[in-house]
Amino acid sequence: MQIYLPIAEVSVNAFLLLGLGGFVGILSGMFGVGGGFLMTPLLFFIGIPPAVAVATEANQIVASSFSGVLAHLKRKTVDLRMGTVLLIGGLVGAALGVQIFSILREQGQVDLLVKLCYVVFLGIIGGLMFFESLKAIRRAKGPHKVPTRKKHGLVHALPLKMKFRTSGLYISVIPPVLVGVFVGILAAIMGVGGGFIMVPAMIYLLGMPTKVVVGTSLFQIIFVTGFTTLMHATTNYTVDMALAVLLLVGGVIGAQVGTRIGAKMPAEQLRILLSIMVLAVCAKLALDLLIMPSELYSLGSGGH
Amino acid sequence: MRAVLLMLALLATLPAKAEQVVADMSLRDVEITANFDGSDILIYGAIKGAREEEGLAPLEVVIAITGPTGPITVRRKEKRFGIWVNTESVKVARAPSFYAVASSGALQETLTYTEDLRYQISIPRAIYAVGAPAEITDPENFTEALIRIRKGQNLYQQLDHTVALQQQSLFSTTIDLPANLVEGVYPTRIFITREGVVVGKLTTFIDVRKVGLERWIYDLAHNRPLVYGILALAIAISAGWLASAFFRVLRF
Repeated sequence: MQIYLPIAEVSVNAFLLLGLGGFVGILSGMFGVGGGFLMTPLLFFIGIPPAVAVATEANQIVASSFSGVLAHLKRKTVDLRMGTVLLIGGLVGAALGVQIFSILREQGQVDLLVKLCYVVFLGIIGGLMFFESLKAIRRAKGPHKVPTRKKHGLVHALPLKMKFRTSGLYISVIPPVLVGVFVGILAAIMGVGGGFIMVPAMIYLLGMPTKVVVGTSLFQIIFVTGFTTLMHATTNYTVDMALAVLLLVGGVIGAQVGTRIGAKMPAEQLRILLSIMVLAVCAKLALDLLIMPSELYSLGSGGH
Repeated sequence: MRAVLLMLALLATLPAKAEQVVADMSLRDVEITANFDGSDILIYGAIKGAREEEGLAPLEVVIAITGPTGPITVRRKEKRFGIWVNTESVKVARAPSFYAVASSGALQETLTYTEDLRYQISIPRAIYAVGAPAEITDPENFTEALIRIRKGQNLYQQLDHTVALQQQSLFSTTIDLPANLVEGVYPTRIFITREGVVVGKLTTFIDVRKVGLERWIYDLAHNRPLVYGILALAIAISAGWLASAFFRVLRF
């Protein structure tokens, strides 16, 4: 069944969109990731204009992270104070990101920027994850070694210290705000929640305990992607409601199914699978940039 | 030489009454609904008062549908730092978003060069390209690319030998409108030619509009973007909440 998307102004198969939503939903449920970093490139591949894909995906992430944060709030694994600090940075970053996006869109460079960001970040994250899980599998076989964590670093030396009771931290607010800004920019440009950047940053940079990391990042993501959606809707008019609804129907169902599958599979193998998939998407996008395209010309809307 | 021929042709047609065209089409309002996947339009009509003299060349029919026209930017990629990047761009002042030209013969033979210039009938003539930046030495490549890309998307169609013309008076053709149409008024011009010269002309209109939900979403997004954004968020949040509530119920 073909469906005409009112904002994207293309006609796409509705079942393909539901299926994509479900597929990415299952993955996000299995691996505990937002899935934006997989969904947005997949939307490029099926011919949704990148500007619309990015803005609409931000809207869809609101739905999936809201569903997730409810569960974490109930388990009290959200550091609201840290979340708020990250959020302040995030909103600044998102506002910046949407402006950058808008300027580059007029110059016809937005596709390049979005794709470059994807190649770089998917490459780094996929690569790290791949080697990390390989090591973990080897470690599980060999003798166990407890990793030592650095107790004092930059986060303690900077001014403007604040107590984060839920995380049991007393650190400067500057690093979390900067992490927030960075993730906010990425959210606006790449149409992702940024959890895949924020979670490692929270663990390794801020030294937050693992159990509050996912809930706190989800909390921040809801507001940043929500804000991004509003900004894209008002400055670029690129949020496609019909597309978002189709994706999130598939997505929320898929996520619940994925959670169940994930619980039954060994974690390390799961992570290797995910990293391979991330690297595959990265490679496809990189090849598109490196290989001479069959059509060197492209059409931009309007006369800007 | 061509001009002289043209003058002769004009002189020959002057004294006689011009051929008149009457035409209609199967669909005047094309409605883009949520499941719109293109539409076929049957255009038919008759030529009245055709001169019937010995040795006169036969009449030909050319039908052109033009979509909403506006400026467009054509960009070219070049290899920079190892990757393919948009570099030069040419702004085409006026290009139709959709253009189909159907003719009873080969378009080149049913229309002379001057008549094409005057009425802007063939695809390259329907595009108005001026003002390429001085540093671009080959603006024609950009217009060619525009035509090539739009042809690939079925947005520009040159349909030779597709107008059926019976007994020099009844004509009909079917034009396939693709799914990725832009809304607006589509002027439809019907030309009757003899020896490549236009001897009769009729313009009518097709109205392409988004209707129903499509209309509503599009208008809201452009006229009240803040309300639209908030609504999109509300839908997302309630869907997220519903999903987690639903599966919690299901689990117990």
